[in-house]
Amino acid sequence: MSVVNTNQRQKIVIVNTGCANISSVRFALERLGVEVDVSDDKSVITAADKVFLPGVGTASAAMASIKQKELVATLQSLTQPVLGVCLGMQLMVDSSAEGGMNNTSGDIPCLSLMPGHVARMEANGLRLPHMGWNTVQHSDDELFKGIPQDTYFYFVHSFAVPDYAHTLARCDYGGSFSAAINKNNFYGVQFHPERSGEAGAQLLTNFVNL
Amino acid sequence: MLAKRIIPCLDVRDGKVVKGVQFRNHEIIGDIVPLAEQYAKAGADELVFYDITASSDARVVDKSWVSRIAQVIDIPFCVAGGIKSIEDAGRILEMGADKISINSPALNNPDLINALHDVYGQQCVVIGIDSFYNEATNQYEVYKFTGDESRTQKSQWQTIDWIKEVQSRGAGEIVLNCMNQDGVRNGYDVKQLKAVRDACEVPLIASGGAGEIAHFTDVFQQADVDGALAASVFHKNIINIDELKAELTANGVPMRKRHGLTAQAEGVNP
Repeated sequence: MSVVNTNQRQKIVIVNTGCANISSVRFALERLGVEVDVSDDKSVITAADKVFLPGVGTASAAMASIKQKELVATLQSLTQPVLGVCLGMQLMVDSSAEGGMNNTSGDIPCLSLMPGHVARMEANGLRLPHMGWNTVQHSDDELFKGIPQDTYFYFVHSFAVPDYAHTLARCDYGGSFSAAINKNNFYGVQFHPERSGEAGAQLLTNFVNL
Repeated sequence: MLAKRIIPCLDVRDGKVVKGVQFRNHEIIGDIVPLAEQYAKAGADELVFYDITASSDARVVDKSWVSRIAQVIDIPFCVAGGIKSIEDAGRILEMGADKISINSPALNNPDLINALHDVYGQQCVVIGIDSFYNEATNQYEVYKFTGDESRTQKSQWQTIDWIKEVQSRGAGEIVLNCMNQDGVRNGYDVKQLKAVRDACEVPLIASGGAGEIAHFTDVFQQADVDGALAASVFHKNIINIDELKAELTANGVPMRKRHGLTAQAEGVNP
């Protein structure tokens, strides 16, 4: 397993989206031996070498929190590598169908860091949420360096970005969907690398080394 | 292909892992963090920590161990016990748990399920159900406060009705603890799990009764559960997780292959 390049000291910032799940991403990075800040300060986020956008919960709750913290423009202006995790990935596209159970207002506008729409998974009759370890097929991008095809990652979600132009890795669950997406400096993974054992640690290492 | 999950369950009381027989006579197994680490390394797909005293004692217990577990393990874990509000759930998730499981508080206040769904999403809302087969009435009955035998009581729900109810309120996964089988290692309650499977559209985890590898094969093949939870067979080293998974794979039950092991097998330099 390749290790984090510690020759140059990096500023790694996890955006404090107000969502839960921030701790597990921070702990996973700390296990790799890198220092991490959790912040909702615009200048700290902008000055970071690498930015993580974590999230669990619903797109509507997460976007409400990001708007309340006035971080939309800041996140849209980032030029360094950014990795969205799970809901954090879903927030990177244009819009999401995931409101709360009583949501009747239609699509939730997201960050539009790349095109795309988050829809409830069809899963072709399979059970939802899609929960557990599933295999991923990737396009040999730097983010998946050293990770064999069909490696298992941990997923837990009911909504997904379809397999489309910005798909970097795909997964199959009653149909193909985006396991990872990418446009320019923006990367997103639908699975939880922080909870995907050695494979997840390798992916986080690859991202930190970008 | 989505793998079926093997889930060691660690009952926690006063910061120690304990194990009882049919929910009674708890003996101390060991400290939480080293045990969690050991199971993650041994190939468990997920861990569940049940704080078995919290609900029945009506107190908020010290949950700082959640954070200590999150720091050391790299597989998902779920925490149950004494979560009565979205604030309680939020604290556990902020400390690094991936899912929260509620049992008695959901029976006392079913609206909590809707609230947890709306704030944190369906994917982290697990409902634990303690189900007892009543031979006299030939019915499956839901019990609450099972962490303390002096306060254990029957709820007004029959198991299948309660499963339908929690799903309609936004439950993301159901762990069915078959009380008659708990800790006795005579096999999962395949009959009950099969009956429940039809009503359960979300992932279903079997709990209670695992004693040997064949019991896991039976429950996956016959009741089509998504995961199998067990405690004593792992705590007492009766079943080795690698051997269990090899046997299940050989029987056609899809199991996760670990990244590190794959690389080794293919001779890739680490």
